[in-house]
Amino acid sequence: MTLATQTSMPPAYRAGTSDAEIEAAAALAIQRRKTQVLVWRIAILVVILGCWELFSRSGPLLDGLLGAPASGPRKSLIDPFFFSSPSLIVARIYEWITEGTELGSLWYQIWITFEEAVLGFLAGSIAGILAGIALGRNKFAADVFSIYIKIANAIPRVVLAPIFIIAFGFGIMSKIAVAFVMVFFVVFANAFQGVREADRAMIANAQILGASPWAVTRSVIIPSAMSWIFASLHVSFGFAIVGAVVGELLGSRAGIGQLIAVAQGSFDPAGVFAGMIVLLIVAIAADYGMTAIENKLVKWRPAPFSES
Amino acid sequence: MSAPAIELINVGRRFLTPDGKSMTALRDFTMSVDRGEFACVVGPTGCGKSTTLNLVTGLAKPSSGEVRLMGGPVNGIDPRVGFVFQADALFPWRSVLDNVVAGPLFRGKPKKESYDKARSWVARVGLGRFENHYPHQLSGGMRKRVALAQTFINEPEILLMDEPFSALDVQTRVLMQDELLKLWSEAKASVVFVTHDLEEAIALADKVYVLTAGPATVKAVYHIDISRPRVSSEIRYEPHFIEISRTIWNDLKEEVLISHNRAKAA
Repeated sequence: MTLATQTSMPPAYRAGTSDAEIEAAAALAIQRRKTQVLVWRIAILVVILGCWELFSRSGPLLDGLLGAPASGPRKSLIDPFFFSSPSLIVARIYEWITEGTELGSLWYQIWITFEEAVLGFLAGSIAGILAGIALGRNKFAADVFSIYIKIANAIPRVVLAPIFIIAFGFGIMSKIAVAFVMVFFVVFANAFQGVREADRAMIANAQILGASPWAVTRSVIIPSAMSWIFASLHVSFGFAIVGAVVGELLGSRAGIGQLIAVAQGSFDPAGVFAGMIVLLIVAIAADYGMTAIENKLVKWRPAPFSES
Repeated sequence: MSAPAIELINVGRRFLTPDGKSMTALRDFTMSVDRGEFACVVGPTGCGKSTTLNLVTGLAKPSSGEVRLMGGPVNGIDPRVGFVFQADALFPWRSVLDNVVAGPLFRGKPKKESYDKARSWVARVGLGRFENHYPHQLSGGMRKRVALAQTFINEPEILLMDEPFSALDVQTRVLMQDELLKLWSEAKASVVFVTHDLEEAIALADKVYVLTAGPATVKAVYHIDISRPRVSSEIRYEPHFIEISRTIWNDLKEEVLISHNRAKAA
């Protein structure tokens, strides 16, 4: 190595530095980068919310500074009557927490939506996994059913919601059914594909080692389809929440979707946004929970390269 | 004298390519491996070497001719057969120990006994400290050792190997060859070892089958009269080894060229 290339390196890597020094420098760089990313994230959020808040108050603010024009008070750039504002939304969520919603306790609404989503998700994913594996293992059945699956898949699933509400009423059953169909097809398609992608050599290996067809399914097919299935479970819990909320919007007695529907009916955008935020928090919490479960179950997977 | 361990008698194998064309992989293929014998099959790339092994496992059926194991016909997958694959065929979601124990458990052996046996096999291939590692945490050579233990634990009388070491680097490959010779001399299995590496074939085998460019048939059989036990890492520099190597290569070279020119023309 020439002297020129050595001097162009960062100081920590120069000859004479110890491994510990290089490691310390690297750790510091990683930490610094993490902090930078975090600062930027917060900055973007603050700017967006700040602009929203500012523009929704721009009319009264200008009136206060310059005096109201004779033609009447100025309009804000963002009309809070239609688009609300961050402070109104926060106030609404605070009100919901402390005083309850129009439909009763906020926690009860969250619980109802969560319950519908979880039950629909469980039923849909179990059915999807079973159907996917069964069809993935049986080439003939797969060929026969593929056309119907395509057709069923082409229907936007949410349009089934009215039928379920007619059939199962305003209770939670109809929402579970919507969540079920939202989840089923996604999980089914992934389980099916996962089974199809199972490594040929691995299957042959198991067969020669003495595995029966059922043992091949249990100890090769299912584990290798697992990463596909998990990938779909992750997305499909989001779909389950969508299904539950759409069902609630169309007709129900409780739940976050109903909360949003009530807010919409009374021209209350703050209530709609507040419902959205609550949903968002539920969905993110569920996503974290899912990742935790996944990490526990799929422990053989190589660790992804670090992002730094 | 009992029947040979493996016999392929005038075997032909044709199959359909994905676009519906009929292809001949093997024609008039005859080979015979005695009990406890180590046979290597060499031939140009893509000539149908692996097909011969699939016929012996029962994973594929011959279109014509006959395949016999220990004097009897092949009916489905035979429990006396062990197979080491070219690609990594370990179960990535199982630890080393659980990979090795798979065979006995699949065959319905008691749990305790199977695990004891698996532990001793893991130790035998020198991975005692890695029992609870997952395959992705091991090097290529170590994974091959696991694959060997996984196969040998079933005590196969017939051992088929499909270019098992071709993905390894040269040094590791030679070490694995010696490891295999050691395991084989203890197990006394009859082996068919497919490879495209002529030196590997000579170092390991009692008998080397040279195949023609596809559709494959046997071009020549060479008996390797190098005494055992052999050390693969050393014998390849002996004059006699080089002499054998040169003779067989002259034969193999023609087929390799045919295959190469065909690939270029296509």
